[in-house]
Amino acid sequence: MTNSTEKETTPSSLSSVAAAAASKKKQSTGAQGVGLEARGIHAWFGDKLVLEDISLDFWSGTVTALIGPSGCGKSTFIRTLNRMHEFIPGAAMAGEVLLNGRDVYESGTDVTKIRLKVGMVFQKPNPFPSMTIADNVLAGLKLAQLKVPNKDDLLEECLLRAGLWSEVKDRLSAYGGSLSGGQQQRLCIARSLAVRPEILLMDEPCSALDPGSTLRIEETISELSSSMTIIIVTHNMQQAARVSDYTGFFLSDGGPGQLVEVGATSDIFSRPKDIRTENYVTGRFG
Amino acid sequence: MTIAPNRSTSLPARRELSNKPRLSDRVFRGVATGGGLSSLVILGLIFIFLANQGYQVLKSEGFGFITGSNWLVVQDNAGITDLAASEFGIAAMLVGTLLCATIAVIIAIPISVLCALYLTFYAPQVIKRIMVALIDLMAAFPSILFGMWGFFVLMPHAEYWARLLHKYFGWLPFFKMDVDIFERSPFVAGVVLATMIIPIITSISREIFSQTPLDRIQAAYALGSTRWAMIKAVVIPYGRSGVVGGAMLGLGRAMGETVAVYTVLNLVYQINWQVLIGAGGNMASMILLKFGEAGPTEIQALMAAGLALFILTLIVNSIANIIVSKTGSKGR
Amino acid sequence: MTAKIPEVKAKVKPTKPWAPTTRERAVDIGAILLAILGTFIAVGLSELKGKLAYAGVFLLLIISINFIQNYLRSGIAAAKDSIASTFAVAGVLVTLLPIVSILYAIFERGKTGLKFNLFTSDMKLNGPNDPLNQGGLLHALVGSGIMVTIALLISLPIGILTAIYLTEIKGLLTRPIKFLVQSMSGVPSIVAGLFILSAIVFPITKTPSGLMGGFALAILMIPTIARTSEEVLLLIPEDLREAGVALGGTQWRTISQIVVPAAKSGLITAVILGVARVAGETAPLVLVSGGGDAVNLNPAAGPMGSFPFYIWKSFTFGTPESIARAWAGIFILLLLIFALFITARLLGGDRNKK
Repeated sequence: MTNSTEKETTPSSLSSVAAAAASKKKQSTGAQGVGLEARGIHAWFGDKLVLEDISLDFWSGTVTALIGPSGCGKSTFIRTLNRMHEFIPGAAMAGEVLLNGRDVYESGTDVTKIRLKVGMVFQKPNPFPSMTIADNVLAGLKLAQLKVPNKDDLLEECLLRAGLWSEVKDRLSAYGGSLSGGQQQRLCIARSLAVRPEILLMDEPCSALDPGSTLRIEETISELSSSMTIIIVTHNMQQAARVSDYTGFFLSDGGPGQLVEVGATSDIFSRPKDIRTENYVTGRFG
Repeated sequence: MTIAPNRSTSLPARRELSNKPRLSDRVFRGVATGGGLSSLVILGLIFIFLANQGYQVLKSEGFGFITGSNWLVVQDNAGITDLAASEFGIAAMLVGTLLCATIAVIIAIPISVLCALYLTFYAPQVIKRIMVALIDLMAAFPSILFGMWGFFVLMPHAEYWARLLHKYFGWLPFFKMDVDIFERSPFVAGVVLATMIIPIITSISREIFSQTPLDRIQAAYALGSTRWAMIKAVVIPYGRSGVVGGAMLGLGRAMGETVAVYTVLNLVYQINWQVLIGAGGNMASMILLKFGEAGPTEIQALMAAGLALFILTLIVNSIANIIVSKTGSKGR
Repeated sequence: MTAKIPEVKAKVKPTKPWAPTTRERAVDIGAILLAILGTFIAVGLSELKGKLAYAGVFLLLIISINFIQNYLRSGIAAAKDSIASTFAVAGVLVTLLPIVSILYAIFERGKTGLKFNLFTSDMKLNGPNDPLNQGGLLHALVGSGIMVTIALLISLPIGILTAIYLTEIKGLLTRPIKFLVQSMSGVPSIVAGLFILSAIVFPITKTPSGLMGGFALAILMIPTIARTSEEVLLLIPEDLREAGVALGGTQWRTISQIVVPAAKSGLITAVILGVARVAGETAPLVLVSGGGDAVNLNPAAGPMGSFPFYIWKSFTFGTPESIARAWAGIFILLLLIFALFITARLLGGDRNKK
């Protein structure tokens, strides 16, 4: 790990734990090194510090789950990763997010290019209601003015990867709002895939869905994880255990949210190092 | 414990959840309902009284009241108005009303929408607050102020703009001019009315735009959209009909405006579709103009014209309000 | 649980890396300067002339410069975005232009007519053409005050009762009445004047008076007060009402002693906005108030002057003195409206803070 030596005294050294754990896992998944690094991320809303000194590495081709009780800053954290944090009035941050070695907050960076590489799926399914299913999937191309040789192929590919193709292939010109909640969420995943992101952030993607739809989304995540980096925020510990390779546990003791522990998912759930993690994953609080 | 399988036979009788208000509450509800009904009563009374006053003229003129373009008062030797010989047709006023209001709306919509977009999605908080206060204040400017400003300050500029329009777009039929007089035309009145309705359309558009669901905005940004691409993909589809409604409210206001049009427009009773010719007049200003020297019968005709204006603005405003309130409540 | 909090945390300062940097600002300002320079060169060299030409050429240049710059830096989407931003700013400037121009015109043209005698005398003995140090608008001030008060006395109870019906009673008619109130606010002011003429002046009183003016203004004021009050009452939290009823209060007592007092400052705002809305209404007063030149304290008889009528009469008279009177009149009228607005804002701000 590049940054583990200089920050030995801070909890960010936890990331070296993750790195160590990850390097073990690395051989087994055949992943290609670090895709995204968060270094010393702090976040503020107005004067209130909500996130303190988070450092985390996300390995290419893995799924990282971020768990923790409500209000511990998980969502804020992943929103700093694709620069959605700055839309909230009064927001501020400190630290670096390195995407392929370059800081996404570097001045002169084109933020729209960052968001093309780091896609996001939100808590509530939010297809564009004024667009058809096909237009929704391809919306990113239109919004970012990208050119692709064959839109139909891309459309089919994205819907297939999102596990929605068989359900909607006969009604691609229906409006996005006509789908069920779970289908809408998979449509949103397909929409994110169309701009070919390297990393996909998912902010509690299943919290508004029924168990059946949740299962479908989880299958989709597993299929996608072979080809991209996925970071998923979830309240649901079983979900984290089912879909992720690594798990990070966030906690706020009334103050700013902190990263308590991170490691291979199996370790976090079976052999947590921190007593607070153990309490949380065994359901003693939170 | 078992559940007795008898639901088909003995569904319990529903208990009446009686919530009979006390006497004081019933009185209170009655009074408040009375107050609530006042708008219905007033609108109804306006219709009844104007119709009552205008009835004879309407009966005598028939359909010609709408289609006729002459306003001719014929008096016999004793100075009594001869209703049968007189002609009262409001077509010229109707055309003037539509022309001025349409010019105003065409000018005002792009400016207002851009302004509302800026205030909602671009402006820093401080500028936003100042601008919103200024626009609210502008909406409360009395119409006579717009009229005087239009007459003394705007008219020289507007005359110059009219010349340019004629110079470059004179080949369009409604910009045609045969004489070199560009003063006091429907174009000038339209510009003044546009400044009057810009605050109305801006604040309604701003309200609608700010209701755009945040999750859709974020979804667009998360897909690497620029601000403008986001507005085009999310805000415009969501707010389009609301803006149309706001524009219609502005149209209603422009159609009913009296003093501002009276001040800047050369009031001539003729059908004039030419935007740049200095002649015309909308219904409200014509009513005010004719009222000064009108005899009893002509006043009745003016009341009938007022009734027509009332119905016209009521229809436009009703449609506008339906559109605006629908945009506010529905998801799309 | 606190063992692991690091001691170095205070060192990190919040930053906003997304805020425009000095360099980006410099580029923006440079683009504007370049466009200004280009505008002067283009207008100077071509046969274009006039302010419109300057504005048009400048707009075109700034759009092209921003477009090219953004296109080279970030591609076509950013370039299109820059066009939209430029247009949005232009829209605001075009909106600001008449506001500034109007305020400037009032100040510039109104100040010559501002004499102290405006507030002490009426126009009983003076024509609009007399020197500005004679005559005044006392009658207009008094008349407008009386008529607006009459309008307020009528429309305040009706407006607030309507609002209470819409928010508290929620009967079958709520939706249609809401709709009618909205429609009523679109009634042209001259129609209100015609209505009072046809309903009261012609059949009953036969002569115009201040009372009639007040009636006409009331019709225009009711929807404003009703709609603003409705918004205010909707802001009162529902649990306040439930608490009142749960304590055994009748609905009448709950509303009159809990809800309405809680909304008091908001309701005052509604009244102020209603007054500001009608204070400058001209057309109905020209029709029904008679528009006298002397102070008349009796609304029931005799013509009564008013601000809008005074301005209207002075303006239509058309001599330099009378027009100066009109501008001075509108200056004072706008100051009054301005004061009402600021009061309403202060009260409204107060309400929002609570």
